[in-house]
Amino acid sequence: MYDGVYSEKVIDHFTNPRNVGEIEDADGVGTVGNAKCGDIMRIYLDIDHETQIIKDCKFKTFGCGAAVATSSMATEMVKGKTIQEALKVTNKAVMEALDGLPQVKIHCSLLAEEAVHAALWDYAERNGIKIDGLKRPKKDVHDGEE
Amino acid sequence: MLISEGMEMTAGTIYLDNASTTPLRKGVLDAMMPFLTEGYGNPASIHPMGKAPRDAVAHARESVASLIAADPSEIYFTSGGSESDSWALKSVVLGPHSRGNHVIVSSIEHHAILNTCSYLRSMGVDVTYLPVDKDGLIDPAVVEDSIRSDTAIISVMTANNEIGSIQPIQEIGKIAHEHGVLFHTDAVQAYGQIDLNVTRDNIDLLSASAHKLGGPKGVGFLYVRKGIRLDPLIHGGEQERGIRGGTTNVPGVVGFGKAAELASISMRENSEHERMLRDHLVSRVLDEIPYTKLNGHPTSRLPGNANISFAFVEGESLLMSMAMKGICVSTGSACASGSLDPSHVLLAIGLDHATAHGSLRFTVSSENTMEEIDHTVEVLKEVVGRLRAMSPLYEDYLRNEVKEKG
Repeated sequence: MYDGVYSEKVIDHFTNPRNVGEIEDADGVGTVGNAKCGDIMRIYLDIDHETQIIKDCKFKTFGCGAAVATSSMATEMVKGKTIQEALKVTNKAVMEALDGLPQVKIHCSLLAEEAVHAALWDYAERNGIKIDGLKRPKKDVHDGEE
Repeated sequence: MLISEGMEMTAGTIYLDNASTTPLRKGVLDAMMPFLTEGYGNPASIHPMGKAPRDAVAHARESVASLIAADPSEIYFTSGGSESDSWALKSVVLGPHSRGNHVIVSSIEHHAILNTCSYLRSMGVDVTYLPVDKDGLIDPAVVEDSIRSDTAIISVMTANNEIGSIQPIQEIGKIAHEHGVLFHTDAVQAYGQIDLNVTRDNIDLLSASAHKLGGPKGVGFLYVRKGIRLDPLIHGGEQERGIRGGTTNVPGVVGFGKAAELASISMRENSEHERMLRDHLVSRVLDEIPYTKLNGHPTSRLPGNANISFAFVEGESLLMSMAMKGICVSTGSACASGSLDPSHVLLAIGLDHATAHGSLRFTVSSENTMEEIDHTVEVLKEVVGRLRAMSPLYEDYLRNEVKEKG
């Protein structure tokens, strides 16, 4: 089946995704991707203003197995971290934590990173603050590819 | 994947992907076996070892020909549908017997045709791609309007591999002939599934493949109407009247012949059974799962084919979730096969990208049962529900619903 295509970890995170859902009155929400490529990811963040710690993180994803698994893993990895630590959760780190992705699915991990960044950007904008090292998210991570 | 892992999968598996390939039908392997063992001779040999294989190939040629009311001498065995498609198009356009520099095809052809056309274009050939309507059908009037003085061939598939729509090939063939243009049809999905007659249906060239009707993989044929001169695609010896080189795949050809024979006996009965299962599947899914839609023509379609869009969910995750429950289906979305683009067929019938990405193809066979279909629907309901619950598109949709109502 998907043995050989996806790692066991990807299959696990696809079958039992962590942190699926919405956060009501989230502090930051980011949506990236487009329907053309078949992946849309939305990340919700609950952030403690004092400590800058991401207390909770949830996601919703329309996409392939890898898209669901990378969203799930990315939320696991940023939860409990400070904003600055969360920024260091790169697509490469997500991919490694999943024991790799097939070449054609690498863009999914990029999407997960961008979705977290987009949610953080939203948080910063709402609160009128600047987060060091955070760039305005691309509206669509596939922009550069077409 | 290890074979043993694959074998584990088989137990309890519900196979609804018969348009991809079929298991060997009962009796086919038995027919092939002698030619994989003691009857190993080359049918081209003059010595006694050549006789039995030669006779068997001749018999198979009659069997596969009779299913389309062709003469056995008009059948050229190939390695399968893709070779037949490539051969048909290339040899009437390129080379010493070119009939013109323009080719007309439908926009929903199999890649065996579409990629051959891309190649032809790179060689300076003009290609016209015919649009289809929302049900995936070609308008014969548009075919006629597309014909030019240098049109060599029109190629329109008999039935589509993804959405099952059956084209008005008889009318298209008639138009082609009125303009002195050859008509080729890729009948890989239709051969052995629906009634075909090369004379009645005005067909000059027809591609078919054994493994779609319970025959082995790696063998097919190109039907070439008597009097049409084709250059070889594969140059070689005198096999297949000197235009398709390569030692005859005797076991494959014999298996193909047997599968065709079986199809001629049971086609009507099998398609009734398939149609009943398919209609049951479609009506249950459309009734019990909201925001679903059947793709392809409602009636002019292959009996075993159902292609359904599930709004707000993506095809690969649907397919994977079904596969984990032991149900084998396929997706129109080529995502899993390495391309990010959704199916060209689903886009051609006017689906938007998100909907095209969220479509599944179910292709039943006579081996499937009503219990399997019912179980499939139950699993689908659960899986679609789960995936919608995590879909941002569904969330947005519900939010807008509330807004509009509020």
